[in-house]
Amino acid sequence: MRYLPLTPEDRQQMLHAIGASGIDDLFVDVPRSAVLPGPVDLPGFAGELEVERELGALAARNVAAGTVPFFCGAGAYRHHVPASVDHIIQRSEFLTSYTPYQPEIAQGTLQVLFEFQTQVAALTGMEVANASLYDGSTAAAEAVMMASRVTRRGKAVMSGGLHPQYAQSVENLAHASGVATVRLDPAVDGEDAVIAAIDADTACVVVQTPNVFGTATDVTRISAAAQAAGALMIVVTTEAVSFGMLKSPGEMGADIAVAEGQSIGNALNFGGPYVGLFACREKLVRQAPGRLCGETVDAEGQRGFVLTLSTREQHIRRDKATSNICTNSGLCALAFTIHMSLLGEVGLRRLAALNHQQAVKTKNALAGVSGVEVLTPRFFNEFAVRLPKPAADVVEALAARGVIAGVPYSRLNPGAGMDDVLLVCATETVTDGDIDAFRTQLAEVLA
Amino acid sequence: MSMNNVGRPTTPQSTTASGGFASLTGGRGLLQDEVLIFERGGWNKTGVDLPEATMQADDLGDLLRREPIGLPGLSEPETLRHYVRLSQKNHAIDLALYPLGSCTMKHNPRLNEKMARLAGFADIHPLQPQSTVPGALELMDRLAHWLKTLTGMLAVALTPKAGAHGELCGILAIRAAHEARGDAARKVVLVPTSAHGTNPATAAFVGYSVREIAQTDDGRVDLADLEAKLGPDVAAIMVTNPNTCGLFERDIVEIARLTHAAGAYFYCDGANFNAIVGRVRPGDLGVDAMHINLHKTFSTPHGGGGPGAGPVVLSEALAPFAPTPWLVHGPDGLRLEEEAIGEAAQAFGRMSAFHGQMGMYVRAYAYMRSHGADGLKQVAEDAVLNANYIKARLGDVMSPAFPDGPCMHEALFDDEWLEGSGVTTLDFAKAMIDEGFHPMTMYFPLVVHGAMLIEPTETESKHELDRFIAALRALAEAARAGDVDRFKGAPHLAPLRRLDETLAARKPRLRWRPEAPASLAAE
Repeated sequence: MRYLPLTPEDRQQMLHAIGASGIDDLFVDVPRSAVLPGPVDLPGFAGELEVERELGALAARNVAAGTVPFFCGAGAYRHHVPASVDHIIQRSEFLTSYTPYQPEIAQGTLQVLFEFQTQVAALTGMEVANASLYDGSTAAAEAVMMASRVTRRGKAVMSGGLHPQYAQSVENLAHASGVATVRLDPAVDGEDAVIAAIDADTACVVVQTPNVFGTATDVTRISAAAQAAGALMIVVTTEAVSFGMLKSPGEMGADIAVAEGQSIGNALNFGGPYVGLFACREKLVRQAPGRLCGETVDAEGQRGFVLTLSTREQHIRRDKATSNICTNSGLCALAFTIHMSLLGEVGLRRLAALNHQQAVKTKNALAGVSGVEVLTPRFFNEFAVRLPKPAADVVEALAARGVIAGVPYSRLNPGAGMDDVLLVCATETVTDGDIDAFRTQLAEVLA
Repeated sequence: MSMNNVGRPTTPQSTTASGGFASLTGGRGLLQDEVLIFERGGWNKTGVDLPEATMQADDLGDLLRREPIGLPGLSEPETLRHYVRLSQKNHAIDLALYPLGSCTMKHNPRLNEKMARLAGFADIHPLQPQSTVPGALELMDRLAHWLKTLTGMLAVALTPKAGAHGELCGILAIRAAHEARGDAARKVVLVPTSAHGTNPATAAFVGYSVREIAQTDDGRVDLADLEAKLGPDVAAIMVTNPNTCGLFERDIVEIARLTHAAGAYFYCDGANFNAIVGRVRPGDLGVDAMHINLHKTFSTPHGGGGPGAGPVVLSEALAPFAPTPWLVHGPDGLRLEEEAIGEAAQAFGRMSAFHGQMGMYVRAYAYMRSHGADGLKQVAEDAVLNANYIKARLGDVMSPAFPDGPCMHEALFDDEWLEGSGVTTLDFAKAMIDEGFHPMTMYFPLVVHGAMLIEPTETESKHELDRFIAALRALAEAARAGDVDRFKGAPHLAPLRRLDETLAARKPRLRWRPEAPASLAAE
């Protein structure tokens, strides 16, 4: 077996050095009744070629986004990632290292995390950021838990524009911990409705912008209302490229900003692994979840970086920790950092403008199709349309014609009675020809 | 010093870091110093060629971001230099043995990376029509089949994103099961004192109070104490097996029996499943739920701290309460059930958006397929053999915490052998860096004083193990001989000397900030 270096002779010599007569001597503590008599009922070992054939065949049965006109967003976005990003993250020193517990020999990872935290803080317009969480949805759930700790209140109010699977992730964790949630009815442009739901028990308000329908909202008024009631404002963003064009959560008064960072540096990967961005006000940082990297000096006064404020964390505080998180999303955060360093502010703004442009072109094209109604008033790179037929059926029909048209809202929220709503996204990877194909095919399917 | 006949020294001149030598510019040979990107990047520079948009975003009005964001950019060659230089300050498995106990730092096959990057896996969207991703669903189903078969469990929840997330999933399923039978009185989770910090943190995170179970002198769960603490208020026990002392819980079947008799569920922390994979099935031991760290046992790379994946296998009793989504074999093939409706209404909820860590599933499956059932059994055997070899070869110079009997996949030492030497576990670990090895896990588990937990994994050759053993023996000898400076000052040969962690925590500087103008600094 190619991954196992020991030879039969090595094994014999080592058993001899141990004083064991056979490998079974080393498993004496396992109850005899629990030892399997033979190998489990699974195939035997396979060479590289064989594994490549099997997995290649499975991969070939999927429609890769890059092979068709492709308009899915709703929390995961197809962007072009420069080749150098993937090259660097596959370097042994990044790929095959552990969480940087020994800072003297992990300055590479640590400095990257410090750069990542600074980039995330800048993008979100917040004072500080952590070293990443699993993804945007779990970051939102952690933010709600943190707000409950900070305010010592037990209710979270979620806007109707919050991605339904984010809302479910929040509800799952919050309810298990005794935090109540209020999820407002889905509304394309209903972010302001949360203001009326804030009361004296409210720990936090969770608002997404651009929201799941694509609507971009200035949430400054909501922040002010939340804070006036003693609650924290949590702003959720699923499309990190929007930070290059739209007002940041920090500018709009957020206390905590969480985002899905997949758009920068990371592939679609059928939903994971992604990278959760988590930023907050500096005064709240001791209640924050996850790893934090901080600057310090070594014994000779050289600048260096370490994981810090770990008295918040599970390996020190155990049942008093702010979160149970251990492993986070290090390599995805590295990809994010490299891509962002390549883009710089100039590149990010240009990328954002291209996304917006392609989305506006797509909206204009679809608006011209008979029976299609555009629902989203102001958007970044995705928007919702109402179709004269169930969106899921239209998406299937278009998929059969080689166009992946977007995400039916009903897939995210089946009980909402919005079966005719389609969520459409266009990034810089969408060409004018793709848009034309979408318009033409949609017109035929709806005709 | 000896010289050969052309004057070239044949023995090292100095064993100190710089040997008193100073370069003219502060350079350190091939080890390049590298400032932060914020100190070297250009504010108007970019390494990505994108066309300018031709349309104005007038429609967004006041929503537009007008203030500078504060992100420097680099050209492509500068980016490569910057991050390659940083990479060279990291230790890595590909460089040398990485003996972090409980972390399972094994070889990461590159085939897995290649497979995960196939466009049919990497370039598919979680919400594109299910009819366009049958191969992805099939891969998830095959992975699930392997995990269920290897563990002897009925069901698996694939979506948890790491070990701790898997623990959360298991504990939430247990809570849902208690609630389903109207049992709301169970508020306690029992956890051994030797447990990973994530176990008590997980239980407390969702509102359980944590009660500790004592440990016997031979490093295992104290059955009498367990029995005394089990009662109608206990929802679950969380036991790691093999445990964090590197020992198999001999009474595991009895632990499960007692737990079930008290109406509680048995959560097994599967972080150490690599020691028994292919030889023992947790389902046969009475386990109700166990997470599997794909980034440990099944070798998806640790990546400097993730991403991981923590699928949770579930017993018949807990299977109905698995979180959404899950795979269903329907008349038209595999389907992903994303909502808890109909028969699935007992699901406790959703762990996260979408369907889990697909990129990790592909890697783990490629790893399993490569080994096969026979190879995975060999994985467990070689992991255990390597650990016992280390324990045997170091047992006479260091003090094994549990000298009697074999260990499993990791060897645990205490600091008794360092008593009176003036050298601590921390010093010893830092001195390992100078010898070219990553330190072992230190001061964990908490039940052993000055713990040193060494996990070599099965992918170390005898040659590398012997090199490691020789280094530790030499260090042990130096510690005994009173060469304290070697340890107190360690590491001498790392990119940086020991870092001031107290300073970092006292005055947290968590991001780069532009230096304040002199006028402000003077105030």
